[in-house]
Amino acid sequence: MNEFVLPSLLLVLSLGALPLVSRLRSGVRTFVMPTLVILASLFAWHLACAALGTRVFPSPMQTAAAFGELFESQRLLGDVVASLFRVTFGFLLAAGIGIPLGLVLGWSTRSFEALNPIIQGLRPISPIAWIPIAILWFGIGDGAGVFLIFLSTFFPVTVGTTAAVRNISLVHRRSALNFGVQGLELFRRVVLPAALPQIITSLRIALGVAWLVIVAAEMVGMDSGLGYLINDARNAGSRYDLVVATMIVIGAIGIVLDYLIRRLERFDEVRWGYVQR
Amino acid sequence: MSAREPKVVFERVSKTFPKKKDVLQVLQDIDLSVAEGEFVCLLGPSGCGKSTLLNIAGGFEEPTSGTVRIDGQLVDGPNARRVFVFQEYGIFPWASVWDNVVLGVRHRPKAEQHEIAQGVIDLVGLTGFEKAYPMELSGGMKQRVEVARALAVSPDVIYMDEPFGALDSLTRLTMRAELIRIWNTRKPTVLFVTHDVDEAIQIAERIVVFSARPGRVAGVVDVPLEHPRDLSSHAYADIKRELYGLLGVVQAV
Repeated sequence: MNEFVLPSLLLVLSLGALPLVSRLRSGVRTFVMPTLVILASLFAWHLACAALGTRVFPSPMQTAAAFGELFESQRLLGDVVASLFRVTFGFLLAAGIGIPLGLVLGWSTRSFEALNPIIQGLRPISPIAWIPIAILWFGIGDGAGVFLIFLSTFFPVTVGTTAAVRNISLVHRRSALNFGVQGLELFRRVVLPAALPQIITSLRIALGVAWLVIVAAEMVGMDSGLGYLINDARNAGSRYDLVVATMIVIGAIGIVLDYLIRRLERFDEVRWGYVQR
Repeated sequence: MSAREPKVVFERVSKTFPKKKDVLQVLQDIDLSVAEGEFVCLLGPSGCGKSTLLNIAGGFEEPTSGTVRIDGQLVDGPNARRVFVFQEYGIFPWASVWDNVVLGVRHRPKAEQHEIAQGVIDLVGLTGFEKAYPMELSGGMKQRVEVARALAVSPDVIYMDEPFGALDSLTRLTMRAELIRIWNTRKPTVLFVTHDVDEAIQIAERIVVFSARPGRVAGVVDVPLEHPRDLSSHAYADIKRELYGLLGVVQAV
């Protein structure tokens, strides 16, 4: 029974501290409160494992040990790089094509009428459903991964950019007309900058989706990457400690990716789009 | 009418909008002549078509019938010779004050751009804010940027569509005084739309009163008062009474 006392006590303590901490000034509070919640979750996890006496599902300590193993085997870095490479490449490709296409679709009603139906028709097909075709076309490897990431990011970026352009206010369109801004200059001086805050938001959503999709794709149709690592750990003797450790790595990288893309929102040219609307 | 040259001439301008099976008559047979360098207010209740008339004069909308001519030339589209100052900030929030102001003179040589932009920025009282972005400015300052951007192109006509409508009442007073100061310096022709009777009397040389929909010219009132105008003077009260009469509004409550 002793093994339950300390974790239980710590769980109660960390939760009990929340009301006290909530009175601190916001700078400290926003750091301390989530830390307490995470600690409480770890203690609860530990207690649940101990209470159930599971031998398959790893405890927090076992998961921590699995981290050590992952780092030592030097396999982790290779898989992280493989996943990041596919996401980066597919994402940049989708942004490179989706943003210009979205700008045109948003501005020209005719092109919107012609192309929007096929885009809306393809958009609801889960990128996961494309995996067999991706493997057929590109084989097992980076090509299929990049293709799948392209598919999963191209639609949110294109649709988001289109909507951004269609949302440009009448006053700004008229200002541009009034001062004779037209043609390519119109895109460079008005359409693109006006749409940019919303384009960045759609890039952010797309990158989040890409990071979700790549793991699934690697579990089914690839022989490297973090998704493959999870599958491999399970198949190689039900190493659920490695599975959970990898999941945590995936979560952490997801947070970093989101943080990096959010930095784009800080530029003077786009900050207006996040405060007024 | 003054002896000055006619600048903007509206001739029997009418505008209808399709509305389900019916048509909505917004403007009916507007005849109006604005002289060079004149400051004219278009005064009327909301929905009387005064903004539509301004949009037609700016080339953003077409009249259903009738014509607008500037210096004898038919208005057939927007043009940087006649510029708008919008109520809901038409300046670009993604560009600095400076980049907004040079918009209309962007094709001129750099040195000239610099001279013009600094001139109008100083004139509207934004010296020192050249590098600021609109989101860092107050409502009144944004409106100054917009006025500076309009003045930079030395336009034939400036159209102002309730430019101070979104400002608080104290800032509005300051901006009126500023506008008159600026107008006295450059003497552009100004067509100013407002539904505020006091605003019209304070700034206009001539007030064109619109009836409710369909918008028609209910009357034209001259304001022969010197600036700065005294709000408590008899002359002011007389004009105000005349305007309320034309608008068909009860003044005393």
